[in-house]
Amino acid sequence: MSPILDGLRQAAALLLSRDPEVWAILWLSLQVSGTATLVALLIGVPLGATLALARFAGRGLAVSLVNTGMGVPPVVVGLFVSILLWRSGPLGELELLYTPAAIVVAQAMIAAPIVTGITLAAVQNVPEMFRLQLLALGASRTQMVWVVLREARLPMLAAVMAGFGGVISEIGASLMVGGNIKGQTRTLTTAMVLETNKGNFDVAIALSILLLVLVFLVNWALTWVQQRRAS
Amino acid sequence: MIGPSTILALRDIGVRYSPAFALAIPALDVYPGEVIAIIGPNGGGKSTLLRILGLLQAPDRGEVRFRDEAVTVAAGLAARRRMAMVFQQPLLADATVADNVALGLAFRGVPAAERAGRGARWLARLGVGALAHRQARTLSGGEAQRVALARALVLEPDLLLLDEPFAGLDQPSRAALIPELGGIVRAEGVTTILVTHDRAEAQALADRVAVLIDGRLHQVDETARLFRAPASEEVARFVGVETIVTGEVIAADGGVSLVDVAGRKLEIGAAARPGERVRLAIRPEDVTLAQRSESAALSSARNHLTGVVVRVTPGSPARVLVDVGFPLVAAVTPRSVEELGLAEGVPITAVFKASAPHLIRGGSS
Repeated sequence: MSPILDGLRQAAALLLSRDPEVWAILWLSLQVSGTATLVALLIGVPLGATLALARFAGRGLAVSLVNTGMGVPPVVVGLFVSILLWRSGPLGELELLYTPAAIVVAQAMIAAPIVTGITLAAVQNVPEMFRLQLLALGASRTQMVWVVLREARLPMLAAVMAGFGGVISEIGASLMVGGNIKGQTRTLTTAMVLETNKGNFDVAIALSILLLVLVFLVNWALTWVQQRRAS
Repeated sequence: MIGPSTILALRDIGVRYSPAFALAIPALDVYPGEVIAIIGPNGGGKSTLLRILGLLQAPDRGEVRFRDEAVTVAAGLAARRRMAMVFQQPLLADATVADNVALGLAFRGVPAAERAGRGARWLARLGVGALAHRQARTLSGGEAQRVALARALVLEPDLLLLDEPFAGLDQPSRAALIPELGGIVRAEGVTTILVTHDRAEAQALADRVAVLIDGRLHQVDETARLFRAPASEEVARFVGVETIVTGEVIAADGGVSLVDVAGRKLEIGAAARPGERVRLAIRPEDVTLAQRSESAALSSARNHLTGVVVRVTPGSPARVLVDVGFPLVAAVTPRSVEELGLAEGVPITAVFKASAPHLIRGGSS
């Protein structure tokens, strides 16, 4: 029997056995990536909206930086976050390196440009005349921005999906700043790398199935909300 | 000095778009309760002027005064909340009709229950009460524009600004909505500024009309007077005068002058000096056509000019261009076209009263 089929069979057994270690890894991945996505939303939505609506010197450069940030490899983010959080680094006193918080920081830095870029595009897609109409109905600038964001909520759900999808599946940054410590910073992706290196393909396949199911469930829920609104 | 009774006034407003085009408004006063239409060809600066009036765009120079106080775009939220504006497109939010109508009230912090009640009343008033729970994106163009008007009127604004609100509607929707809106703003006493390129809309709704051409106000006058007595050739052409000719006054007696136009003698009911060169504007609807043999018997009008039909443009009314020594346009019913057998080359007599030609002294010649 091929290693893949063998692995799939053993993966099913592993999943059905409700191995506490596997479920702990799953839960940690969900927590870390969910928190990072939330942080990215808190940064990226206001930043994207500001870049879309404000006119200031250097705006073009800022938009270019965001677009570049959307394509930055996670391993590069991991390197710089590691340097920042290193014991002798600028933020070393926080003692965050090799903790879930460090992974959250790194993943948030990966997801924030994605959320910012998609928010920027979504808000820019709302017609300028609609913004003018809101002001003409007596909206303050803050009220106008809030309604515009609400108007752009469907494409912005894509920002959530892209942000979460980007960080739940990344490996480089999590490995570098988390250290893949068993029971502490081991996520689905870092565990998969480890098990693959050890030749434990059944465990790696089980983890990959869990990862796929997790990504699918989150995206299915968000897509359901998005499409229900769209129809 | 700005009159204390103006609700909105502009002074020395200037906006420069390019070296070739600038909006320049030395003064414009809007009085409480009136409906004023700003008309003019597309690209003349009407929408920009309306945005300046609505405190949505800052002019390069000049002053906007609301209720006799200078206001700016940056610090104009309180004044803006005494206004409401409707654009050519309904620009509804992706929400229910009821939520859309409540939007401006929510901006003003009106409690939800009051928003719902007032919104329902105004939707009913605009004839779309049954649509309150529909999603705005499912509405037809006419329905959506009614909702947009309800959304503005529910604010009970001191000043309603309308930017071509009927331009995107089909003819039946426009025909129904224009008199309805006119009735509402009259009944409520809402001061209204209507921007339109359609002079019929201005005639139907406005007490006064301001003609804006190439960024400049050419005339601001009572509606009937402006259409009857345009101040310049540009205004005359925009308000539908199709015949503008030059003549020389050859005699004048009291309020009646005899003018030679291309060898034809026209009597006009206006004072002029003999020898004076004048421009005459004649509205097509003031000219009637008759068979040559019947014209004298049919009309007591002082001007009977024999000529030949040059062109008939079908429509209701049809436009008939007659060569009477100069080109003269008459508006006649399709039935008259048929009865008179109007076609190219047909001999005909054009008849109009001495009061029909309007003497233009200003503007280009």
